[in-house]
Amino acid sequence: MHIVVCIKQVPDAAQVKIDPITNTLDRSSAPAILNPYDEHAVEAAIAIKKQFGGKVSVISMGPMMAKDIIKKCISMGADAGYLLSDRSFAGSDTLATSYILTMGIKKIMEADPVDLVLCGKQAVDGDTAQVGPGIARRLNFPVLTYVQKVESIEAGTIIVQRKMDNGYEIVSCPLPCLLTVEKDISELGYASLPEMIRAAKYDVITWGVNIIAADTTKMGLKGSPTSVRKIFAPEERVGGEPLEGDIKTVTGILVSKVMEKLS
Amino acid sequence: MNKYDVIIVGAGVAGLSAAYVLAKAGVNVVVLERGLNPGSKNVMGGVLYRQMMEELIPEFWKDAPLERPIVEQRFWLMGKDAVTSGGYKDLEWSKPPYNNFTVFRGKFDAWFASKCVEAGALIINETVAVECIVKEGKVVGVRTTRPDGDLYANVVILADGVNSLLARRLGFHKEWRPSQVALAIMEQIKLPALTIEERFNVASGQGVTIELYGDATLGMMGTAFIYTNKEHVSIGCGTLLSQLSQSKITPYDLLDRLKQHPLVEPLIKGGEAVEYYAHLIPEGGYHSVPKLVGNGVMIIGDAAQLVNGIHREGSNLAMTSGRLAAEAYLIAHRVGDFDERMLSPYAVAITESYVIKDLKKYKNATHIMEKNPAYFNTYLPAVNEAAKEFLSVDGRPKRSKQWLILKRFFGHRGWFRSLWEIIKLGRSMK
Amino acid sequence: MTVNIAQTCIGCGACVAECPYGAIDIGPESTAIVNPSVCVNCEQCIAVCPVQAISLPPELRHIVKDLEPDHHGSCNSSTDLPASSEAMADMTPTRDLVWVLAEHENNVLASVTLELIGAATDLARKLGSTVGVLLLGDNPECLISTLQDHGADKIYIVNHHVLANYRTEPFMQCVVKLVQKYSPDILLMGATTLGRDLAGAVATDLQTGLTADCTQLDIDIEKRILLASRPAFGGNIMATILCLDHKPQMASVRPRVMQALAPVSGRYCEVIYESIELSEESISKKVLQIVRDNIERVKLDEAKIIVAGGRGMREQNGFEMLKELANILGGVVGGSRGATESGCLEIKRQIGQTGQTVAPTIYFAFGISGAIQHVVGMQRSEVIIAINPDRNCAMMKMATYPIVGDAYTIIPELIKQFSQVMASRQQEGSHE
Repeated sequence: MHIVVCIKQVPDAAQVKIDPITNTLDRSSAPAILNPYDEHAVEAAIAIKKQFGGKVSVISMGPMMAKDIIKKCISMGADAGYLLSDRSFAGSDTLATSYILTMGIKKIMEADPVDLVLCGKQAVDGDTAQVGPGIARRLNFPVLTYVQKVESIEAGTIIVQRKMDNGYEIVSCPLPCLLTVEKDISELGYASLPEMIRAAKYDVITWGVNIIAADTTKMGLKGSPTSVRKIFAPEERVGGEPLEGDIKTVTGILVSKVMEKLS
Repeated sequence: MNKYDVIIVGAGVAGLSAAYVLAKAGVNVVVLERGLNPGSKNVMGGVLYRQMMEELIPEFWKDAPLERPIVEQRFWLMGKDAVTSGGYKDLEWSKPPYNNFTVFRGKFDAWFASKCVEAGALIINETVAVECIVKEGKVVGVRTTRPDGDLYANVVILADGVNSLLARRLGFHKEWRPSQVALAIMEQIKLPALTIEERFNVASGQGVTIELYGDATLGMMGTAFIYTNKEHVSIGCGTLLSQLSQSKITPYDLLDRLKQHPLVEPLIKGGEAVEYYAHLIPEGGYHSVPKLVGNGVMIIGDAAQLVNGIHREGSNLAMTSGRLAAEAYLIAHRVGDFDERMLSPYAVAITESYVIKDLKKYKNATHIMEKNPAYFNTYLPAVNEAAKEFLSVDGRPKRSKQWLILKRFFGHRGWFRSLWEIIKLGRSMK
Repeated sequence: MTVNIAQTCIGCGACVAECPYGAIDIGPESTAIVNPSVCVNCEQCIAVCPVQAISLPPELRHIVKDLEPDHHGSCNSSTDLPASSEAMADMTPTRDLVWVLAEHENNVLASVTLELIGAATDLARKLGSTVGVLLLGDNPECLISTLQDHGADKIYIVNHHVLANYRTEPFMQCVVKLVQKYSPDILLMGATTLGRDLAGAVATDLQTGLTADCTQLDIDIEKRILLASRPAFGGNIMATILCLDHKPQMASVRPRVMQALAPVSGRYCEVIYESIELSEESISKKVLQIVRDNIERVKLDEAKIIVAGGRGMREQNGFEMLKELANILGGVVGGSRGATESGCLEIKRQIGQTGQTVAPTIYFAFGISGAIQHVVGMQRSEVIIAINPDRNCAMMKMATYPIVGDAYTIIPELIKQFSQVMASRQQEGSHE
């Protein structure tokens, strides 16, 4: 069983700030982390490996700095880590990103066929949830999104729970396929010190555009159908004057305002 | 078994300096860092001294993420709405080899760590060391909170910062007293580079540091500082924890007050505060430097209280102590013996270096100033009054002004007492 | 293009009240005048005019005449419909360039669908076009009239038993084939579990741009392109995204953000049946079972009144009080991430970026400071009441009625007064 997990390095959302003057993002201060959904995907892949044997590879597209998150996955128990890094990748939107990652996965498949691809359900910096289904289409794998539990893998068929707004559905699908996963899919572990040392020593495999034999017209700003026209601060809602006075009066006013509104 | 030559606890500048020297020498060294990565938990006023860094990595400025080379150092003695200022500006400092730089520690330490990794050091992030493993009176390793978390080495170097849990557990030093530790707080104010250069009167890319005394810390013992970065101004203040808790003022209010000071406010006007840091700084000086060497263990940097409170230097002492500890290890490594006696050249080297000499020079100064609040709340304001008196043109002859100044200066606390206090402080710094 | 008003107008104002877009007013001559930049030719005014003074512009009129007798309002008969109306689509000057995917579960429409049609109507008007709706399912015809009443100008139906339970692949095949056949300019889906699953796959197959989770849509009229804006970085900023050279321009739109149109029964709408070859055998994915939560679903998104608490509520006890207040008002309890993280509130009641988006008539915010991540989930509330000791916090600044104070002293008083008012109201009710 060979599982590939697609991961992304994201700025810690809680610590991103916006420059009030230029309205641009000040990402410099926010530490870069492994996208939380992807972390659960990696942990889920390790759990499947523990049960069925096999191998877990992680793959990411990004700058050299993204080696950090790949090493983190190695410390979690992944066997191999690939970083797709090339100047021509910069500025890719979700369509181009799914193309590049697909070419990377195909390159991995040349040496070692893939049975299952896992992705986090979305990245917390973009929240698009588009790359996973995009890769599935390009690999011509069936896609199962919002997976919260793997029920079984038997005779080349995986059965999973897909989270719905008001419950879940149980779906079966033959392998190979692609899952995008919820955080419920796995409990995060705590890497042992020998695993941390193995990860620190691990040499991340980096591939540029030539190695994955990708078409440069399908990537970067040029290969991306979408482009950002502008970035602006969300409209702020301006409220009213504070209601002041003793509690009875203030609540009295409030109650009448509410009743007025509701009638 | 996880056995290394050296384990370094803490990837700040002290630990990284030691790691760099050791890795370069081909020693099998591992650094344990509790933060997400080196630099993520580090706070420093942001001045990096060129010479000590260059002793490690020649011409590092060509590669390292630096903010601005400092061309001018100013000193402000602050009154409520007055300031007596002095300073030194040297345009030689704007060119290689420079004097010092402002840096963002988050970026700088990450870069420094990458150099260590290139040199062959192993850095393990997000891993907390809780105690040294001691066998037969000898430190042989470190215990971390991770599963299978014991790690062994010939020598453990403790660079785990001011609160050095590991040094305390070994009994090398006790809990700091509040009078030995200062709380430094700092904010990064974002401003366009051009605005910074205009307001601080420097050419493009050049930087200024200002040290502020007196009203800047409400007369409490300590200093405030303003440093220019590329597109940020760092503003902060440090006061002894003991005085801060007596004054009942919160550190944040103190900083807010400083930012609103009529002489400071124009420098940072219109900027947005983007980061806020608070950090403890050891200020105990010479008297609180603990035992630096034991069997299989050395202590460096803040963990060894190596901070010069008077000159506000710390990172340079950290770098030097890291380098010296590493060099001491290399000698012991050749012999293959790592007991206290074999490592003691580190303690000797540091005592003979500027590090301990400087601390010794001021060994009583901090204490004297801390004991007697008059230095900060009486004499400093008096300097401002004196300057005002002397420089105000009001038709009175200068000689009578001088007399008045002396009378005021010493009159607050009585002639003999004042004279004694000044001499005492002067002697403590000689 | 806009409706014409003849001189026979008597200035009664019936059309003014009827117009869902506020496009008509009574002018200085005491007759109705139309604001052409707002009018969408929805024809609602035509129906209510007592003197038949309002008419469609001649260009639109003949199409209506041609088509209307055949299937105006038809809902279940497909016998006399053309299987394809490609030729007709080309003829039509107002081709439906803006498409919406109708989302439904077992033929129960998701509310986002009507919101999307509302948004699409606005976009279509700016393009001088109309709205097409894709309705895929197993006998979904019963939904036609609702879609039609809410603004669908054309409905494309694919009826197939394979489409009974949503699965990505067959739905994707249908959407891709229809898009390739009719080439709309814009395709909108809800940013729901289903919509987000489908949109990414469809966009990849069509090799076009997709903007996820939009909260604002507009048209650059000059370039005739979609301006899709979405919050990024936890709502700290908004980004406007374009898809310049690819069609259709796709966007998924966050539910509860756009406004559905008021229904107009008997609106004109064309229904087109499409047959697409699908077979169960060719779909490897099988839905084995659908499990509904037994726990009652928290209907925050539909609530008229939400009583929410944040980190400032500090303890469980406070949320018990909020529950009591919500019960009296017939509202639902929700909260910020601070509340769910402290364990005082179930995670499913969380409102905001990582929780639900709500738009109630009245939103009570007790001890919620108003972090942007929370605000993006509730800023469309009509009235916001904030109770907080810190008068300068974000929530207090945006609230319609900010009250400076501690929730624990104010809630008991609110409970007391509201229960009195509600009781007396009920009594009144029972007298009538």
